[in-house]
Amino acid sequence: MALVRNGELVTSSFVDAGGAEAIPPAGPVIVSLDQWKAHRDELLKRGTPLGIRLHSDQPPELVAADLPHFDVVALEFPKFRDGRAYSYARLLRERYGFKGELRAVGEVLLEQLFFMLRTGFDTFDIQSADPLNDYRTALADFSVWYQPTADGRPTAMQLRRKH
Amino acid sequence: MYRYDEFDARFVNERVAQFRRQVKRRLAGELTEDQFRPLRLMNGLYLQLHAYMLRINVPYGTLSSKQMRKFAYLARNYDKNFGHFTTRQNLQFNWIKLEQVPDILQHLADVEVTGIQSSGNCVRNITADQYAGRAKDELEDPRVYCELLRQYSFLHPEFSYLPRKFKIAVTGSPNDRAAVAVHDIGLRMHKNEQGRVGFEVLVGGGLGRTPYIGQTIRKWLAPEHLLSYVESILRIYNMQGRRDNIHKARIKIIVNQMGIDKYRELVDEDWEFTKNGVLKVPDDEVARINTYFAPPQYESLADQTEMLAKIRSGDRAFDRWVRGNVIEHKVPGYAIVNISLKAPGKVPGDITADKMDAVADLADRHSMGEIRVTHRQNLVLVDVKQSELYELWHKLVALELATPNLGLLTDIICCPGLDFCALANARSIPIAQDISHAFTDLDELQKIGQFTINISGCMNACGHHHVGHIGILGVDKRGEEFFQLTLGGSSDQNASLGDRLGPGLPQADVPAAIRKIVDTYLVIRQPNERFLDTYRRVGIEPFKTAVYGAESQAA
Repeated sequence: MALVRNGELVTSSFVDAGGAEAIPPAGPVIVSLDQWKAHRDELLKRGTPLGIRLHSDQPPELVAADLPHFDVVALEFPKFRDGRAYSYARLLRERYGFKGELRAVGEVLLEQLFFMLRTGFDTFDIQSADPLNDYRTALADFSVWYQPTADGRPTAMQLRRKH
Repeated sequence: MYRYDEFDARFVNERVAQFRRQVKRRLAGELTEDQFRPLRLMNGLYLQLHAYMLRINVPYGTLSSKQMRKFAYLARNYDKNFGHFTTRQNLQFNWIKLEQVPDILQHLADVEVTGIQSSGNCVRNITADQYAGRAKDELEDPRVYCELLRQYSFLHPEFSYLPRKFKIAVTGSPNDRAAVAVHDIGLRMHKNEQGRVGFEVLVGGGLGRTPYIGQTIRKWLAPEHLLSYVESILRIYNMQGRRDNIHKARIKIIVNQMGIDKYRELVDEDWEFTKNGVLKVPDDEVARINTYFAPPQYESLADQTEMLAKIRSGDRAFDRWVRGNVIEHKVPGYAIVNISLKAPGKVPGDITADKMDAVADLADRHSMGEIRVTHRQNLVLVDVKQSELYELWHKLVALELATPNLGLLTDIICCPGLDFCALANARSIPIAQDISHAFTDLDELQKIGQFTINISGCMNACGHHHVGHIGILGVDKRGEEFFQLTLGGSSDQNASLGDRLGPGLPQADVPAAIRKIVDTYLVIRQPNERFLDTYRRVGIEPFKTAVYGAESQAA
């Protein structure tokens, strides 16, 4: 699976087992919340990198205590208009201090990439023929930001006050 | 008024360039209409019955003459020579071509105006008291906080795809002219026990098909915490607001489902983490913005009461206009002048390009270049010398902009309705015109006194019918238009929702029904009692009988 991570095309080493009956026996894997709850102990024992995929009605609060076990948190946009994951991303980065890969999955499109970047996503499963080009296009739109968020870009207010 | 600095200007120009790209992608088929819709809406562009409609923000209702002239230019060159002011202090153009929108937005950016988030499921244009900074009863100018919220909300990465639209209004005066109780967030400035000015925060107000009056989520909020507290309200809403049903997606629905106490608890829990963080508003930023709203250099003048009284006693028409449309200014020798956009038979809120230019000229000549837009769809010149009132009035009369009906029965709020709107069930504009034709006697209007009629062409309630003293709602019954009346609504500091009078009436019967309600009121009112107060005293029955007859009581 080709992803854009920090501006580069990368291939994920994780298998997304979300929704499947059986979890692959070995290798890095991303599981659903249900799978995590059902197989938590086995998953921890296998000693491979783990990720979790959360639906848009599953706030990160549900896994807050388990976050140290995850290298990847994948947040789902079932429709691009469903904006819950933007809040979840900020909470993961700013409140729970999650430092791993924060992956946007689902209906991930050029015109929303910028919002995702600003709320703390670093990896994108972009639904497009040319994901890298989309990423660069989205990134080029703005050079001024008004809100202090997880990506740490200085805001207009902060820049004004430096003058 | 606020002026863009280098950051604001760059941002707005980048936004125009972005939309130019998005339109190009749409026209090239790279974006589906479904994907494009929220993008155009967040730039103010709707697809209506006959054409695209562009909604342009007038932030907190404050405009310069230069901006008004730009509206006139756009009306002439891109529309059919007119525009429409709305209940959210915005301007709408009705006949717009998609390909031209990026150019229009660039014209607007050149005079520091945008369509950003005038629509879409995001934080909309922040509205305020139209007399902000000039009203005698005001504690503080609310616009500095509106401007902070404007910047904070523009392209907010977390809150650009909320469950539904989100409207914020601010009043700096105890006499609420901004209808804050019917907004998703209403902010009311008042002093706490220590005498410090802060905000009472209301949440979950709104009209539409499920109307609610906002409830107090916080009695007093220190101004430096405004952004962090609003952010927590928005975050809880973004995560928990309903997304399964568009008609239940507004914040009012979850606030009322879980109860205000539970909502407050969730907000406070979230706010604990952020209140003293990076969103805390620095004093120097408030000071920076405040300098833009500093009052103009007023001359030291005395009130001209005697001089005006003399002219008024000799000129009844002028007297009527002063009594109706001129409001006290906080500075001696000056006055606030309301320009009614409700001349008999005209479409409420509509104004031609020529009149936009004329109003801009009058603002330059008589009001230091500043114009305000009211949520009741009128315009205001806020800094007029009392000594120039008579001259100004003559000019307004010549322009047919001196109808002395501010706050009276024909000062009607009206949505565009089925003449323009894709959502409407009924034509609201002809109803407004019929009523204004039925009540043309100015002496009678003044005798009837303070009265609001609000008309919506469908239950989405853009015409605020729930909070009109008389509300009129257009409905569709098997392909025919009917109009349901409600009585007793109000959007001021004692906000209330109107009660349904009875079955819907055909268009032809509405003016007569209004006449019967008014006649009943005139008979039973006590001295100096407004219609609203009479209604609150006696209830709906006498009016029901007047409109539907005594037999309706049995039904």
